[in-house]
Amino acid sequence: MTWLAGIRIALRALRVNKLRSTLTMLGIIIGVAAVITMISIGSGAQARVEEQIKSLGSNLILLLPGSVTSGGVRMGAGSRNTLTEDDAYAIQREVAEVAVAAPHLRGTGQVVAGSNNWSTVFYGVSPGYFEARNWVIATGAGFEPADLTGSAKVALVGETVARNLFGDADPIGQVIRIRKVPFTVIGTLERKGQSLMGQDQDDVILMPISTARNRVLGGHTARQRTVGAVFVKVREDANMADAESEIRTLLRQRHRLQAGAEDDFTLRNLSEVLSAREESSRIMTLLLAAVASVSLLVGGIGIMNIMLVSVTERTREIGLRMAVGARARDILTQFLVEAVTLALIGGLLGIVLGVGGSYAVGHFAEWRTELNAQAILLAVSFAAAVGVFFGFYPARKASRLLPIEALRYE
Amino acid sequence: MPLILTRELVKEYRMGSYTIAALRGVSLEIGTGEFVAVMGPSGSGKSTFMNLLGCLDSPTSGEYFLAGEKVSELSGDALAATRNRRIGFVFQNFNLLPRTSAVENVELPLLYGHCPAVERRRRAMARLTEVGLAERAHHHPQQLSGGQQQRVAIARALVNEPALILADEPTGALDTRTSCELMGLLQQLNRGGMAVVLVTHERDVAAFASRVVSFRDGHVVDDQRVARPADAREMLREFDLAVA
Repeated sequence: MTWLAGIRIALRALRVNKLRSTLTMLGIIIGVAAVITMISIGSGAQARVEEQIKSLGSNLILLLPGSVTSGGVRMGAGSRNTLTEDDAYAIQREVAEVAVAAPHLRGTGQVVAGSNNWSTVFYGVSPGYFEARNWVIATGAGFEPADLTGSAKVALVGETVARNLFGDADPIGQVIRIRKVPFTVIGTLERKGQSLMGQDQDDVILMPISTARNRVLGGHTARQRTVGAVFVKVREDANMADAESEIRTLLRQRHRLQAGAEDDFTLRNLSEVLSAREESSRIMTLLLAAVASVSLLVGGIGIMNIMLVSVTERTREIGLRMAVGARARDILTQFLVEAVTLALIGGLLGIVLGVGGSYAVGHFAEWRTELNAQAILLAVSFAAAVGVFFGFYPARKASRLLPIEALRYE
Repeated sequence: MPLILTRELVKEYRMGSYTIAALRGVSLEIGTGEFVAVMGPSGSGKSTFMNLLGCLDSPTSGEYFLAGEKVSELSGDALAATRNRRIGFVFQNFNLLPRTSAVENVELPLLYGHCPAVERRRRAMARLTEVGLAERAHHHPQQLSGGQQQRVAIARALVNEPALILADEPTGALDTRTSCELMGLLQQLNRGGMAVVLVTHERDVAAFASRVVSFRDGHVVDDQRVARPADAREMLREFDLAVA
């Protein structure tokens, strides 16, 4: 007997009891669909974290100014302007592990272009900023060294800003007024999406740090050359912990801090935070898949149950098949193929339902889901394995019947 | 060489601490082309004997040769192959697969004989035509009358061109006229050279055979050749005349 004939016999047997076959398959359908949907939700979350890591840049350390203590009340990170532009350049110069240390100055304000206006954030940045933050210029040009030394009134605009000020028109070459200072747009920034905190990272304008200091912000930032933050990118092959401790030592030295004194800056390893997040979302994916697998297992037990009933019901048929020449092996194959066919059809329907389910979750719950070919393959082979595993016992039971007893069975 | 040769066949069943002897040493020869009726009251061992002849069961002791092959010591798979190639079964309750067309039922032995699908269908249709059911080939058993079902079963028994037809009370579920038709079919096959062994407890049915073997308490008590067996075709003609 060929496999094809076996499959035909199995399909016929399954057709005879349509309702029962469907109900049995339902277990596998739900199981496979659950596995696929859960994994796609999990890998969606994972992909989002990975994207955030990418948008942030890898091996990144964020330096923030320290806190003010006023009458025992500590005001929190960034409440004192202790970091200067020169600190950033010193780190870049003196710490071997550092690839680039880029300071930025932050400001907010109303931006006007023609008849449109928009309130946004602007950053004054050094040329290294783009490398540190993995930020690419989409169209137009970046800042020239001369722009920095000459505090040129040139700006790069993020996607959100460009859209709000210019609609579909090309922003390059246009003049915008930031806090009433006219700037020429020389380029646009590539889309970066949401930050870890859910902020729109494209609602931004970048300008040379000297321009921000001298022409827009002014005041004490100009006098003391303080900065809002420094992004430090550590070399790929360097050890993050070493880099951290060297930066800390250097800054304490530059700020003349006594041995027992607290740091007047905060040092945050962003990559670590993110990889912990990535790890947790990976674990969540596994957990979801594991829970879903349990339902697949339950579906398998359903198959075994029905196959046992079927073997008992069809004892006479088995006896007859044996009488006309079926070997024990043929009977085993027949029932095994039947169980696997149940599981596989269930698996295929499960894929359809699972893919649909993951789109539905993505659409209605607005969760990011990501279909994964491997997960689909895994779920279906797991379904087939369930069919073999739970089909084997009933099939063996059938094949071990004695022909004469099976024929006489009432 | 006889088609069937049994020497001192013994079959015992163990029921807990009891041992029940169903056959107590049966030695019998059946030649190619014989039509044998096996008779006897229930419990006489005739069904057990048939099961052994049909390779559905193995003897406790004794030897059984079928077409020169020592069947009594074959393994399960070899027995299955022997059943497939040499023996055709006809059962009292037909034993057709439900919800499966007549022609597919007839194909079943060929399926296990590794016959290609096209050849399978051709041979099954040829057999169905022989038993006069070609136009019912795609009907399911439940759409056929008892006599038609039994003819499908005979076509199935014949499809692999066996040397031996084993019929276990084949007329048990049929009325007199249909029984007569069926026996006519068996006689016709027998005339074609096929050995037929028939288990029955009806004298009328046994009358069609050319040899009657009687069992009692696990022994053969009587073995007679019938000089002039009844001719089913003639009887059928008389039957129809009587009705008319």
